[in-house]
Amino acid sequence: MDFLLQIYPALLRGAFVTMLLTLTSGAAALAVGFAVGLARLIPSRWVSVPLTIYVEVFRNTSSLVQIFYFFFVLPLVGIRFEAFTTGCAVLALNFGAYLSEVVRSSILSVDKGQYHAAIALNMPVLLRYRRIIIPQAIPVMLPAFGNYALEMLKATSLVSLITITELTFSGAQLVQFYGHPTEIYLSIFVIYLILAIPFIVLNRNLEKRAGGKWKARVPTT
Amino acid sequence: MEGKGANDMTFSLQTMLDVLPALLRGTVVTLQATAAGILLALALGLFLAIARRGSNRAIVVVIDLFVTVIRSTPLLIQLYLLFYVLPLYGPSLSPLVTGVLGLGVHYSSYLSEVFRAGIDAVPKGQWEASVALQMPRAKTWCRIILPQAFRIVLPQIGNYMISMYKHASLLATITVVELLGAALNYAGETFRYLEVLTLVGVIYFIIGYVFSRIIKYIELKLAY
Repeated sequence: MDFLLQIYPALLRGAFVTMLLTLTSGAAALAVGFAVGLARLIPSRWVSVPLTIYVEVFRNTSSLVQIFYFFFVLPLVGIRFEAFTTGCAVLALNFGAYLSEVVRSSILSVDKGQYHAAIALNMPVLLRYRRIIIPQAIPVMLPAFGNYALEMLKATSLVSLITITELTFSGAQLVQFYGHPTEIYLSIFVIYLILAIPFIVLNRNLEKRAGGKWKARVPTT
Repeated sequence: MEGKGANDMTFSLQTMLDVLPALLRGTVVTLQATAAGILLALALGLFLAIARRGSNRAIVVVIDLFVTVIRSTPLLIQLYLLFYVLPLYGPSLSPLVTGVLGLGVHYSSYLSEVFRAGIDAVPKGQWEASVALQMPRAKTWCRIILPQAFRIVLPQIGNYMISMYKHASLLATITVVELLGAALNYAGETFRYLEVLTLVGVIYFIIGYVFSRIIKYIELKLAY
């Protein structure tokens, strides 16, 4: 117990960095996901082919390999970032690829009648998406977003391997310094669980709502 | 292996050829771990899904808690616990077995939910017909419900298998020489990270892409 009191400031700092990573990378991934998901709807090969390649490459390779690639290879070609930035960037690009698929498929799932009605009303294409299509697609996306948010929290543990002192790396360092793997790794396990609770609750609610409240608001044709 | 150092920026095809055999051996280990892991995850996931359907509230609560806890914590920490902590109190398993255990248990939490949804999706009439035919419960499960549920969830199992295949790279952190582990060993000695990690990415992509195409195909086949 004394030992836990001794190490908990370091673990708390780690937990803080983990949360920071989750939120930063999560926000960036959301931006990437929306940008790519929407851009892939543009009917031009010059846009869709490169974006499809990006999405397929990031979805079909291991996220850990991507992290090492950015960490070891980019400096070789002269691109240098801090480890934290590298970690955020890879997580954002990795999750952005998955989220873009969520965005794209949710938008495509909006009833075709809505497109036709918007066109019939002479709405310009941007207004059509902004006011009609995207608002209806967002409730469809939310449960998936919630799941990916929890996955993001878990995935931040991977950047411990490129020396970012988040929760896992703090723990690994403490183990190297003091020993006591049982106490330290179990504490980390519990801290991750505590950090996950808001996401778990959020996901429960999103799943409950997905079928009910929000769906009723979407006009059916 | 004459390590030319990180400053040498020429892209060397020779390095790629040199490292390829080691990477292919690593790929075999990755695929073995994935295959064993998915079998464990299927067995445990199915067990959890069926056990959860009993009328005992306590069992339902325990299973839900287990699934939530395993799903909500990083696989990396679970692997560290199995690799660094478990041997202090129990059996000392080989790194590969530890890794398979970690992957299997982690993914069983996802698959139990998949199975649960799949079993729920089998029409109630199938249960009623089995009761009407006086079919024993075990036989109802094995011959009527599970085959139909399995068909429903097959694409999702496939997706989780691909996910596990990529996640298996984490076994490198517990000293398993799988694809990434083999690459890091070689690159650590020669500093040829560019060539080695590029090749690793290519191998992951090819296998992952082929897998996902196959899953898509099965999904389309089953849909009609």
